[in-house]
Amino acid sequence: MDNATSNELAVQLVGVNKWYGEFHVLKDINLDVTPGERIVICGPSGSGKSTMIRCINRLEEHQQGQIIVNGIELTEDLKRIDEVRREVGMCFQHFNLFPHLTVKENCTLAPIWVRKMPKAEAEDVAMHYLERVKIPEQAEKYPGQLSGGQQQRVAIARSLCMSPKIMLFDEPTSALDPEMIKEVLDVMVELANEGMTMLCVTHEMGFAKLVANRVIFMDAGQIVEQNEPHEFFDNPQHDRTKLFLSQILNH
Amino acid sequence: MKEFKPLPDLPPPVATTGFVGWLRENLFSSPLNSVMTLAVLYLLYTTLVPALDWAFFSAVFTGDDKTACEGITGACWTFVVNRIEIFTYGSYPATETWRLDICFLLLVLSFGPQFFEKFPYKLPLGVFSLTGFPVICYFLIAGGSFGLEHVETEKWGGLALTLMIAYVGIVAALPFGVVLALGRRSDMPVIRTFCIAFIELWRGVPLISVLFMSSVMLPLFLPEGVNFDKLLRALIGITMFQSAYMAEVIRGGLQAIPRGQYEAAQALGLSYWRMMGLIILPQALKLVIPGIVNTFIALFKDTTLVLIIGLLDILATVQAAITDPAWGAVATEGYVFAAACFWIFCFGMSRYSIKLEKKLHTGHKR
Repeated sequence: MDNATSNELAVQLVGVNKWYGEFHVLKDINLDVTPGERIVICGPSGSGKSTMIRCINRLEEHQQGQIIVNGIELTEDLKRIDEVRREVGMCFQHFNLFPHLTVKENCTLAPIWVRKMPKAEAEDVAMHYLERVKIPEQAEKYPGQLSGGQQQRVAIARSLCMSPKIMLFDEPTSALDPEMIKEVLDVMVELANEGMTMLCVTHEMGFAKLVANRVIFMDAGQIVEQNEPHEFFDNPQHDRTKLFLSQILNH
Repeated sequence: MKEFKPLPDLPPPVATTGFVGWLRENLFSSPLNSVMTLAVLYLLYTTLVPALDWAFFSAVFTGDDKTACEGITGACWTFVVNRIEIFTYGSYPATETWRLDICFLLLVLSFGPQFFEKFPYKLPLGVFSLTGFPVICYFLIAGGSFGLEHVETEKWGGLALTLMIAYVGIVAALPFGVVLALGRRSDMPVIRTFCIAFIELWRGVPLISVLFMSSVMLPLFLPEGVNFDKLLRALIGITMFQSAYMAEVIRGGLQAIPRGQYEAAQALGLSYWRMMGLIILPQALKLVIPGIVNTFIALFKDTTLVLIIGLLDILATVQAAITDPAWGAVATEGYVFAAACFWIFCFGMSRYSIKLEKKLHTGHKR
């Protein structure tokens, strides 16, 4: 991995710093993600984990350092930002489906308007992915008529319709009832097994153990520790990590 | 292991139904409510009955001059019936009023079907009413081409003029308002400052002074010989004025859209205009339909102010007609007729907006 050039990496963060006004949210972040790698990011709230993955598709701006996605460096240049966003899918904590469009229209919107796909083809693609997340029968409904778990699966399908190379998940199960978490995680596990590059902010440690290549622990805007899941959970190196793990695992 | 079986669904309890039940529950549920009900009924009796009597039962509808109305207690609608042409067409040449009739007919044909759920060609018709309809009406009313006699705008008037000003104001103020609202929320300082200045300037002055400026002041600043139409100037003034209000209404809607909607659209790679046009504005405009219609209705009624710059809309023609000594005291009839005309159109807009809100409702959660 050390020898890899930036062209071969899916995502590369080099010395990234970010401030919200006076507040230093990201402190000298360095991260390399190889294609096909599944990374789980955890940490206490306010540690900057969401901010970090939101920087990867430029929902947040970084002020120092370099972020290179699929060989394209993110700068002020809107064209590059659009290019990166086309290849990077994102799922949000609160789903953020478009409530005025049906499930199918949610899925076909971006392929039609951004990828210039013909409508019929976009609908075929949408139905394909809706079947993969196991809710093709809801295609004509509006998001407001679905349960939280179903909405999040639609959100995943909507991202997949753009056939992204990288998927970002920002706490995808945090807003869900316990019974619905599993249906969303199942979809994500399936996606991981197919070799999708994934960066996932989550506290689902079972998911991390099952699919992650690497678990990253962040606190106070820094990457404190990263390791492959078994080492990470069984043999944490930092006291801060131990404290965090004891708090989320033993209750 | 025990199997969980949900209880079967039961029908809801039978409420006290029937007319008497309804009366008991809503009008006579307590001694105080009974007294209030009777008091309101008495009030209705003392006001509504004489009003209906004046307007219909004792009113006169036929005749040729004021002799028909002598000695009656009710309304003298004869006056309105005799003057209906001037109220509708203003001083438009009598031989050419068929052109206005065609426009009225087109207006009904292009907006009427929108009220019917089942009508299949709503979208093309909507596009026609915003594009083809005004163009056809302009050529028909102004004339000067296709062998039609030219009619100067000074002769336009009555209900036709009122509808024309309101229509142009409504159709032009909405897109301007959208652009101004987006500009006011823009990240670009020059655009934002311009939009704020524009909105605050036009919103801060009364419409009467806008109209005065456009008709009296503006020609003073224009070079010698350059003169454009008074009606056109009034239309521009009204459009600018109303688009400032519209912008603020729409901005309210834009602010109500959660941040997540913008982020989801951006994450999918939509450009700014696509994001606004496909995701944000459809939701924001839907949210502020009541506010938009409110502004439309206010605009419709504000058109009466054009009478102060000498344009004779329906209210002005009514006012001119009631001073005619040949008719005597018919002011009440004239004003009631004008009010009724305004009410019909405003109520129509209000009903349509309610229909639209119901149709666009897509679920309970946002």
